[in-house]
Amino acid sequence: MADSSNHKTCVVIGASHAGANFAFALRQEGWQGDILLFDTDPMLPYHRPPLSKTYLTSEDGFEKNMLKPAGSYEKEGITLHPGTTVQAILRKEKTIALGDGSRQAYDKLVLATGARPIIPPIPGIESAKNCFPMRTAEDAMRIRNAIRTSGQKRVVVIGGGYIGLETAASLRKLGAEVTVLEREERILARVTAPEMSAFFQKLHGAQGVQIFTNQNVASIETTGGLNEVLCTDGTRYMADIIVVGAGIRVNTELAAAAGLAVENGIRVDATARTNDPDIYAIGDCTFHFSPHYNRFIRLESVQNAVDQAKVAAAAVCGKEVKYDTIPWFWSDQYDVKLQMAGLSAGYNQVLVRIEEGKENCLSAWYFKDDTLLAVDAVNNARAYVLGTKFIKEGQTVDKSKLVDPSVEFKPANLLRKA
Amino acid sequence: MAKITFITRDNETFTVEGDAGSVMQLAVQHNIKGIDGDCGGVCSCATCHVHVAPEDFHKTGEATEIEKDMLEFDDNVSEYSRLSCQLKISDVLDGITLKVAN
Repeated sequence: MADSSNHKTCVVIGASHAGANFAFALRQEGWQGDILLFDTDPMLPYHRPPLSKTYLTSEDGFEKNMLKPAGSYEKEGITLHPGTTVQAILRKEKTIALGDGSRQAYDKLVLATGARPIIPPIPGIESAKNCFPMRTAEDAMRIRNAIRTSGQKRVVVIGGGYIGLETAASLRKLGAEVTVLEREERILARVTAPEMSAFFQKLHGAQGVQIFTNQNVASIETTGGLNEVLCTDGTRYMADIIVVGAGIRVNTELAAAAGLAVENGIRVDATARTNDPDIYAIGDCTFHFSPHYNRFIRLESVQNAVDQAKVAAAAVCGKEVKYDTIPWFWSDQYDVKLQMAGLSAGYNQVLVRIEEGKENCLSAWYFKDDTLLAVDAVNNARAYVLGTKFIKEGQTVDKSKLVDPSVEFKPANLLRKA
Repeated sequence: MAKITFITRDNETFTVEGDAGSVMQLAVQHNIKGIDGDCGGVCSCATCHVHVAPEDFHKTGEATEIEKDMLEFDDNVSEYSRLSCQLKISDVLDGITLKVAN
């Protein structure tokens, strides 16, 4: 394959975890042609997960957070175009149209366009002072600067999902007075079982973060640089800084305008290819088939970005590979490490195992009947690793032993005898 | 300051120098094949697995509990396994050799 890629050009739109890892993987797979990476973000590709965690609380400069050192792009013959907007994909001509009016031809095109934060249509949100989403390095830097220069450091976080809660924990660490407003009846409602929501609600409460659920923000009023967040039940919260963690919208517009198949994300096959044989899509923006769960899924995760990037790189180089991974995720809040394996959607039973004699060490196991779907492990890498193994191998867990903390956490002890 | 030697699965040897951060970060900076560090160094992904040369093991010390748990079912685990994101670069590590596990 190496010969045929000699004078070809692979263009990648999006240079975050998926796009940047794809570029390096493509080179490693033997692609000898040009590799061009475009992104609207002006920064060199960086790690996103730390933005709401260690990056926010540390004094570290941006360079510590970069995915690859600046020099490695040139070394691998990868041409980066940060701060560049792509206007359109012209499939017939096999070119992309850039914001400055120029065109770039491609032989293979990879869409790693990711997602953008949802800014809810709350009256006053556009004119609120120090109101930020949390998605880009710039967002994190602006929040970091705002908290440093704020006197009272009163923060309202709109949305009790992972981004909102991680940011709340980090800002609390920096001495902020943090209030989280969640419109659902519990935090993390979309992604975890009630037991896990309760655990995190308690954890934040113990750290002095106030969480209010069933709270709908009606409007934001800003006078003299101070915001007041008004809820539909009449409650009001003063906020020097507002962080919006209300979920994301997938960037599918370019793909849709080009006539590619778009559903809940850009639809791709097991090799990350779209319905155009020369166009692939990877990462958060894709709607792809999960052989394990036997349905199409869309994931917002580093694991999916990196693994799909590797699959696509191999496929572009003509290798037979299929994407088939058990999804995994993590979140760090205070001293709590949450590791998640699998997808819990469709569960009808949750079993919680609490380890004896260890603080905040537990795991939630999601079942559909006897099938283990997912595991959420809190400060418990062993549960996470075991859960991943059981899910992958489709093994049947003995539920009564699982919830008994006196039964040692070993596969032989926990599997149901055939 | 520490000079650290990485031996990849293709038996390529790289000796590189670092003075701060983790061994994983140093490896990523030098594009050492097989060390990805996907999670950015928070012990969540196990994509920075190395085997410490037995004669250097006293310098790195044993894997911590979370590393052992993360690696328990890894096909390549050995008694000298470490996750290199948990190895902080310091003079103590000067001269060690690490075999990349994957």
